[in-house]
Amino acid sequence: MTAALALGDDALVLSHRLGEWAGHAPVLEEEVALANIALDLLGQARVLLSLVGDEDELAYLREERAFRNCQLVEQPNGDFAHTIARQLYFSTYQELLYDRLARGDSPFAPLAAKAVKEVAYHRDHAEHWTLRLGDGTPESHKRMRRGLEALWGYTGELFEPIEGCEVDWAALGEEWLARVTSALHRATLTVPEGPRRGAWAAGAGRQGLHTEPFGRMLAEMQHLHRSHPGASW
Amino acid sequence: MTTTAADPEAYQTVFDAALAADERIEPRDWLPDAYRASLIRQMAQHAHSEIIGMQPEANWITRAPSLRRKAILMAKVQDEAGHGLYLYSAAETLGTSREELLDKLHSGRQKYSSIFNYPTLTWADVGAIGWLVDGAAITNQVPLCRCSYGPYARAMVRICKEESFHQRQGYELLLTLSRGTPAQHAMAQDAVDRWWWPSLMMFGPPDDASAHSAQSMAWKIKRHSNDELRQRFVDICVPQAEALGLTLPDPDLKWNEDRGHYDFGPIDWEEFREVLRGNGPCNAQRMSQRRRAHEEGAWVREAAAAYAAKHGKAEA
Repeated sequence: MTAALALGDDALVLSHRLGEWAGHAPVLEEEVALANIALDLLGQARVLLSLVGDEDELAYLREERAFRNCQLVEQPNGDFAHTIARQLYFSTYQELLYDRLARGDSPFAPLAAKAVKEVAYHRDHAEHWTLRLGDGTPESHKRMRRGLEALWGYTGELFEPIEGCEVDWAALGEEWLARVTSALHRATLTVPEGPRRGAWAAGAGRQGLHTEPFGRMLAEMQHLHRSHPGASW
Repeated sequence: MTTTAADPEAYQTVFDAALAADERIEPRDWLPDAYRASLIRQMAQHAHSEIIGMQPEANWITRAPSLRRKAILMAKVQDEAGHGLYLYSAAETLGTSREELLDKLHSGRQKYSSIFNYPTLTWADVGAIGWLVDGAAITNQVPLCRCSYGPYARAMVRICKEESFHQRQGYELLLTLSRGTPAQHAMAQDAVDRWWWPSLMMFGPPDDASAHSAQSMAWKIKRHSNDELRQRFVDICVPQAEALGLTLPDPDLKWNEDRGHYDFGPIDWEEFREVLRGNGPCNAQRMSQRRRAHEEGAWVREAAAAYAAKHGKAEA
């Protein structure tokens, strides 16, 4: 089931990236918030991957060419603004997508109905930080702009149709752009210029073509599990 | 406790009577300067321990061997940040601020628990921390739920509930390893061997060498001595270790029929003092990560403050 794998991998990989923040956040409240978002996403990943097979086999025993997550979620954390930019782009997308899936009759409808509430919180958190950083100090404005620009090229992939998700992808993409544009304007920022996908990268993550940091992320994530074949934990 | 007396000696009398009657002291009550200072020191150190204590466990979040364990560990580290927040808030009722306390942590003027200066070298360490370190913390903290200072006691009620949950999960993690493959069993035993003695040190120096104990007990901040709590912990752990199928690394550990307690071997107090002096295996690393997170986050906090100043706190 391609769709469950794609959506599950998105949640799994972003959750892992957010987990890397533990003990490094700029304020204690963000230790709580980032871990909270990571946990929500991990919960979604476990439900989605379980629709496909054994969650641990899928998470720990596939190599990077078999992962179906979009490239956006695998991007390294960078600074806090970079993480927030990634979160704004992704959680806005996820909220719109889950809202549509919740209203459909796909096997994900029950999960989407539950998860859309979590995702609305994630989007709210990302938007509030986008406002604070964009409209905070000159330094935070600069960093937020850089984060948004650095990740812009990975946003086109979000609207490549996923087999098994019966949604109007073009309309989803338009609504996403309108929402992100509005959030950025309120934050005194502008929508980055430049293409939202490279010639090579269009839909790449969904086909198992990833960026270089992803393999290293998986090596860390999988090494213990792989070191003890057949063990249970 | 309500204070209606007008002169300073009468305030002290009212305070003493409240302690004697086991009443709770509340933030608006008069309290002696030394009581205030002692509580701030203890609560700050407690809060700092929650924050620094995130590091050894967070070290394994990205390597947790199953998604279930990863979720449990993330939730635990999140709870620790939450505990830190409760405790800083409780300390703030005594007229200090989180910023001031963090500043004292970062400059080394305030301490955190010595236990977090030990490294987590294998996955089993996550279980050993849950079972032994959280177990020792709970043994220490349950009596604090009856501590004389109300905000601290109430924070401890909430914290102990969550800690007990973590402790059971740590125990269950070790049990799974102990009953798993030979390599997993060996990993569990090795972790218990490394964490046992440092956990016993968490109760602090022996009673005859404990600087703050007598006064803290008189103020009903502490309810039991370090050695009493340490003994209670050993008595609880020995049967638990047997149930786990693991041994404790102490050849002198044996049941004493006369005392009704387990006897145990001598603690290496020189190692304890070295760790407190900053010479433990991870002191420098823990402090540098904490300072780095704070320094690298400065621009974020400045942005939030600037935004709040522009738009009003309600909107931020």
